[in-house]
Amino acid sequence: MARPDAIVVGGGIIGAACAYELGRAGMKVLVLDAACVGGGTTAAGMGHVVVMDDSEAQFALSAYSTRLWHELEAELPRAAEVDRCGTLWVAEDDEQLEALHAKHAYYTSRGVEAEVVDGAEVARLEPNLRAPLAGGLRVPGDRVVYPPFVARWLVDRARDLGATVREGCAAERLEDRAVVVAGGDRLEADVVINAAGAAAARLIPDLPIVPRKGHLAITARYPGFCRHQLVELGYLKSAHTMTSESVAFNVQPRATGQLLIGSSRELVGWDASLNRSILRRMLQRAIDFMPALARLTVIRTWVGFRPATPDKLPLIGRWPALEGVWVAAGHEGLGITTSLGTARLLADQILGREPAIDPAPFWPDRVFAAHE
Amino acid sequence: MDEGRRTVMTAPVAAAPSTADACAGATPSAAGRVLRAEIAVVGAGPAGIAAASRAAEAGRDVVVLDASPRPGGQIWRHRRREELPAQARAWLERFDRSGARLIAGAQVVDAWRAAEFRLLAEVDGERLEVAADRVILATGARELFLPFPGWTLPNVFGVGGAQALVKSGASFAGKRVVVAGSGPLLLAVGATLASRGARVVVVAEQAGRGALARFGVALLGSPGRILQAARLRSQLGGARYAVGCWVTRADGDGVVREVTLTDGRRSWTEPCDVLCTGYGLVPNTELAEMLGCVVDGGRVRVDEWQRTSVAGVYCAGEPTGIAGVDAALAEGEIAGLHAAGKIVPAGDVRRLFAIRRREHRVARAMERAFAPRAELRDLPRDDTILCRCEDVTRGMVDPAWSFRQAKLYTRIGMGPCQARVCGPACEFLFGWRGQTTRAPTVPAAVGTIAGGPEDTAGVA
Amino acid sequence: MDATSAEIEIEVDGRVVRAPADATVAAVLLSLGVGAFRRSVRGEARLPLCGMGTCQECRVTIDGVAHRRACLTPVRAGMRVSTDG
Repeated sequence: MARPDAIVVGGGIIGAACAYELGRAGMKVLVLDAACVGGGTTAAGMGHVVVMDDSEAQFALSAYSTRLWHELEAELPRAAEVDRCGTLWVAEDDEQLEALHAKHAYYTSRGVEAEVVDGAEVARLEPNLRAPLAGGLRVPGDRVVYPPFVARWLVDRARDLGATVREGCAAERLEDRAVVVAGGDRLEADVVINAAGAAAARLIPDLPIVPRKGHLAITARYPGFCRHQLVELGYLKSAHTMTSESVAFNVQPRATGQLLIGSSRELVGWDASLNRSILRRMLQRAIDFMPALARLTVIRTWVGFRPATPDKLPLIGRWPALEGVWVAAGHEGLGITTSLGTARLLADQILGREPAIDPAPFWPDRVFAAHE
Repeated sequence: MDEGRRTVMTAPVAAAPSTADACAGATPSAAGRVLRAEIAVVGAGPAGIAAASRAAEAGRDVVVLDASPRPGGQIWRHRRREELPAQARAWLERFDRSGARLIAGAQVVDAWRAAEFRLLAEVDGERLEVAADRVILATGARELFLPFPGWTLPNVFGVGGAQALVKSGASFAGKRVVVAGSGPLLLAVGATLASRGARVVVVAEQAGRGALARFGVALLGSPGRILQAARLRSQLGGARYAVGCWVTRADGDGVVREVTLTDGRRSWTEPCDVLCTGYGLVPNTELAEMLGCVVDGGRVRVDEWQRTSVAGVYCAGEPTGIAGVDAALAEGEIAGLHAAGKIVPAGDVRRLFAIRRREHRVARAMERAFAPRAELRDLPRDDTILCRCEDVTRGMVDPAWSFRQAKLYTRIGMGPCQARVCGPACEFLFGWRGQTTRAPTVPAAVGTIAGGPEDTAGVA
Repeated sequence: MDATSAEIEIEVDGRVVRAPADATVAAVLLSLGVGAFRRSVRGEARLPLCGMGTCQECRVTIDGVAHRRACLTPVRAGMRVSTDG
C-alpha cells in the first residue's frame, strides 16, 4: 500500500470511529489491530451510550458524542441493535433522591433531556425493581448498542472511503511519524493515532492509562424483564473513585431479550481470571435491586479491561513527545459513548477545524503539566 | 522522547489481587450449603460409580454429584434397575453399599481451588458448594452432531439422544425410524428402538466398507465386541444396515417426514417419522479446564493413575479419551483407589491397567474407522442452521474467521449450550478451535452463582 | 408410555395429564405429541436433540421458572409445565 495519510493503531470503537472520521475528510487511512476489529474492550463492555456528569469536561464530551450517536442511528442497520430505551438512574433513599434532583438540574440546564420520577412511577416503569425506591431519573436520550458490530461497520465505512485494515498486526512502538509493528516493519504516515485502549501505554509508556478490570454476566432471553438501562446512583462513586475494588448495580436489556448484569471495578493489572467474590458481590447487588433476577439463568460471565486515567478523562489530541503522533485513548467506561465525539474532536484538531467542544481538558500534554 | 519532561500525572497503582477468593465460603453459610468431603466425584456414570465405590470402600468420605435424576450416566440410564444388564446392576448395588453419598439432580457449574477444591452446583434451583481434598472428574461425553438441511426439524433426535429419551420414558413404538450417522452406537440404539417396538427402516453408517473391515481386524483383540455387534445386527428386526451411506437432508413441514440418503453415487429418499443422527462422541472437558488441567486435543491428559496435571484432581472415563464402558470402569477404579490413598494389590493393578490398555487400543482403531468423511462438510447450505441456540446459519459465517470473530459478529456459540453443539460441528467444518471455558460451565441461576451475603464474608 | 409404573398428574399448557411417576418431563411431553418445547430465535419449533442436558433445546417453563431442561427434570405431582407448542 502507498504511504497512508494516517495510521490508526487499534481497531476498537475509538480507532474505528477515528478511521471513519478521517476517511470522510478525504484522508487515506490504515487501521492496525493486534487481533480483530472490535474484539478487545469494545467487545467486553456493555454498549451503553450514556451522558455522565462527573465533570464539566466529561459531560461536554459525553453529551456531544451522544448527539452524534443520535445522528448516526438512522444509518445503522438492525445488527447494530440500537435501542432507544434510555437510562433510568435509581435512588434508594432521600439523600440519593436529592442527588438525582441536582443531576436533573445539571442535565437540563445544559440541554440534555431528563425527568425526575417518583418511587411509584419507577415501579410502574420497571416492575421488576424492588419497591419502594425513593425515585429515579429518566434520561431518554441515552442508548444501548452492540459495539462489536458498530466498530466493524465504522471500519467498513472507512474502507468504502479508501481505508485499509490489517488485523492480526500488533504495533510494538511509535516513533516520529511512524509505527513499528511486530516483525520489524516500520510503517510511516504524517499522522499516527494511538487508539490502543487499555494497552495504549505499551506504545507510549508515559501515558497514565491502566487497565481497570470489570466483570459482566449475561442471562438467557427474558424479553420484557426490563425496559431501560438501569443504574444505581452509587455507580458514579464506583466509576469515579479510584478505590481498589467496588461493585455497583447496572442492568441492561439487550435486543435479544437477554439481560446484561454489571458492574465491577478493580485495579489488578491484567489479571483476566474470574474473581468469584467480586462476581458474587456484583450479582448480590443486582438481586438486591431486582429480586426476580435471582431466578434468571446466567449463561456466561466474562472479564474486560477499561482504559483508566487518574483524572477520569480520556486523552484526545497531539502527543507532544513524538512528531505526528496523536492519542485517542483512556476512556474508562465511556468508550462507546464518547467514541464518535472523540473521533470528531481529534479529526478537528488534526485538520485544523474549529472543534464543537473545548478540547483543552483532554489534551495529552496535561500529563506533563507542572504542579501548582 | 524529551528527557526534560517528567510526568506528574501518575497512573493509579494496582492493588494486590484480592485474597478474598481464598477465604470466601470458608465458613458454612446459612444461605447456601457447603458440604465437606474428602473426595468429590463429578458424574455418576460407570467411571464415577466405579471411582466412588472404590474410594468409599477404602474408607474415604466420598460425595458424588450428578445432574441426572438417577445414577448410571448415559449408557446405564434407566427408570427401573431390572431394565439394566447384570454388570450395571451389580455396580449400582455396589455403589449403594459403598457408603458414597450421591446427590442426584446436582449440576456442577463451577470448580476452583481455594484452601481445598470447591465445586459449585445447582440442585433444585438452589446453590450447593462442595469442599473436598480431592476431585475425580467423570463427566463423560456428549454426541457430535453435524449439521445438514433439516436437522433442526422436530423428531430429529440424536442417536444417543433417542436412546436417552426412550430410557426416560419416551416411546417410538410404531414409528418409522431412520438411524444414521457414525459409530457402533447406531447399531446399539437401532436394536434398542426395535426391541421397544419402533419400525427401524435403515441404519446408515457413513464409514465405508474398507474402513470397517480394517476395524473388524482390530476388533479381534476384543472378542466381546464382535459378539455384541453380531447380536445387535440380529436384533435390528427388518432394518437394513447400510454402510458407506449418509443422510444429506431431512424434509417435512413442522416435523420430519422423509430423509434423503446417499452412498456417494446415487441418492434416494426414505419416508420416516423419526430420524436419529449422531457422528460419535466428544469428551466433556469443561470442568477439567476450569480447574486448570491440561487438555490436549480435546482430551484431559492423565497419567497411569488417572491423575491430571493438577495435583489432587483425577479424571476417569470418556473425558480422557472415548473408549467405552469397560475402560471407564477400569479408569474409575484406578482413580478411586489412588485418590483414596489405598495400596492397590498388584493383581488388581495389572488387571485394570490391561483392560484400560486394550480398550483404548480398540478405541483408537474405532476412531479411525468411524471418522466422519469429508463429504459431510459439504452438506450445510447457506440457510442450514449451524448454531441452534442463536439460529446462526452457514451463510452468515465466513470460514476464514476465527471462532472468536464469528462469535462477535454473528453470535454463534453464545447461546445457552455454550457452543457444546456448534463448537465441535464448526471444528469439523472449518477447523475452528480455541474456546475459553468460563463459569458457569452450564447455565445457572443468578442466585446460585451469587449465593448469599454470608458466602462473601471477609471481602471488604 | 407404558402403563406399568405408578402414575401422577401434572399440568401441561393448562391441561391436566397423567404421567408415569418415574418419567422425565421431556418423555411426557413427547408422548403427548407437543409440537414445540420451545421456539428458536427465528420462531422454529424445537424438540429435544441430545436427551442428556447438553443441547438446551428441551427448555420449557416449569412451575414458573423458565429455561429448565425437560430431559433432566423428573416429573412431580402437581408440576405445571408450559411449552411453546
